[in-house]
Amino acid sequence: MSILARIKSFLGMEAKPDEKASKEEVEKVAEEKAKPKIGYIHLSGCTGDGMSLTENYDILAPLLTEMVDIVYGQTLVDLWEMPEMDIALVEGSCCLQDEHSVKELMEVREKAGLVVAFGSCAATGCFTRYSRGGQQAQPNHESFVPIADLVKVDLSIPGCPPSPEIIAKTVVAVINGDMDYLAPMMDLAGYTEACGCDLQTKVVNQALCIGCGTCAMACQTRALSMTNGRPELNEDRCIKCGICYVQCPRSWWPADRIKQDLGL
Amino acid sequence: MVLGTYKEVVAARSTDKQIQKIAQDGGIVSGLFCYALDEGLIDGAVVAGPTDVMWKPEPMVAMSSDEILAAAGTKYTFSPNVWMLKQAVRQYGLEKVGTVAIPCQSMGIRKMQSYPFGVRFLADKIALTLGIFCMENFPYESLRTFISEKAGVDFDLVEKMDIGKGKFWIETADQTLTIPLKETHGYEQNGCKVCLDYVCELADVSTGSVGTPDGWSTVFVRTDAGETVFKQAVEAGLIETKSMDDVKPGLGLLEKLATDKKTKAMKVIDERKAMGLPVPYKGSSEKEDPLANI
Repeated sequence: MSILARIKSFLGMEAKPDEKASKEEVEKVAEEKAKPKIGYIHLSGCTGDGMSLTENYDILAPLLTEMVDIVYGQTLVDLWEMPEMDIALVEGSCCLQDEHSVKELMEVREKAGLVVAFGSCAATGCFTRYSRGGQQAQPNHESFVPIADLVKVDLSIPGCPPSPEIIAKTVVAVINGDMDYLAPMMDLAGYTEACGCDLQTKVVNQALCIGCGTCAMACQTRALSMTNGRPELNEDRCIKCGICYVQCPRSWWPADRIKQDLGL
Repeated sequence: MVLGTYKEVVAARSTDKQIQKIAQDGGIVSGLFCYALDEGLIDGAVVAGPTDVMWKPEPMVAMSSDEILAAAGTKYTFSPNVWMLKQAVRQYGLEKVGTVAIPCQSMGIRKMQSYPFGVRFLADKIALTLGIFCMENFPYESLRTFISEKAGVDFDLVEKMDIGKGKFWIETADQTLTIPLKETHGYEQNGCKVCLDYVCELADVSTGSVGTPDGWSTVFVRTDAGETVFKQAVEAGLIETKSMDDVKPGLGLLEKLATDKKTKAMKVIDERKAMGLPVPYKGSSEKEDPLANI
């Protein structure tokens, strides 16, 4: 089985029999394409997003060795000068007081075709939004912002961390040039100020909530529960990752993709 | 297409006498879950289970037929079942989870499966989604208002609620009361007003009373997963079926109600867009078929 087919089968995305011919052609084209050059840039994050990527155990080895070229990244590649890259995955928010972070982010924008805010710290600031400085090792490091505050971001993959599946699905979409699948991630690049209270202001206040419970299911810190059919936020637990609003069926609705995935 | 994509639609009911007795209509959801549990097709199911407060359900993980049956019957208020799916996998350790969902809940589940941004190792464990037809849902206090105030019945005495033939039905041990559905309008939750889905178009199997006689249900078999379970349950003799052509009122009524819901919702969607309010769906001018769920 081809690598792409293995990944698709891992994700439950097997081609339907009648579509097989065309799918195989697509896979052939995909495999003949040059491997995308990927850089991994680590700013102020906990490495959880990179850890989540490695949780794609079944496909990780072929993914890293045969499908992409990792050309830059601390601990991954022995290289000081940032090379040209097709895709830069940026993990972590950017500390405005850390000149190295700011400089590196600016350089990424110049050297990378696509800049991806990888994980909620890069996408929305996530829990680094709570930083107020005054701590060791550098008390001056106080202001942490999502990378879209400083550079243009092409794709955003929120999550604390993003699930192994969304990472694998995104890689497959990038390699296939499946822009339809990536479209919501382009839109999410503009969603930089996230909070559990978005459910109240953007869903309940807007007469859109239907009490389905998807937000509370999705919350990665159990900050949400459902009371009388509406989400209730425990602000002390909320890390401002934005996942509750991103998963809400009333925030954005990928109707075509869902029907395609279900074979309907 | 107002009824969504489906492989087959039939009139059906559970052959189990006990299920027939306690089920809302044909006992399709209870029957299929019991079968799927017995055959190991699912390890458990998230259902709207009973609580200490009458008619106020909470999602629960049912691991046996008894627990499925304890949750049988429709409750016309919120049970955020999607919330419980993560617990079913993480805390109960289930590998194959079934769930019963109204259309908006199936939307949350399907969106999570296609775009599992922050939801880790859950999407592929949802093995069976049974959808129920839904016109609208009511906050608990709304239900209490029209049962206690409008019908004048003590909430605790109510044994069954139902919607049909233009009325809201309330059954107690010794009487059956009705409220015209018109009088319940204004009490439904607002989020339902932009919903274009009446017959749970994204479930594996969807079912409801409309279209078939009392004691039977209309069943749409939609996905491969749904077809496998439903066919096996029919072959095992746990569910009996009839052609929709042989029952009254038949598919025509379903088509009418589905079209009504979509037409009304499209009007609200267009009005909201004109006012600049957010709506996740396309307006009628933005899509080819104004009644499509896009």
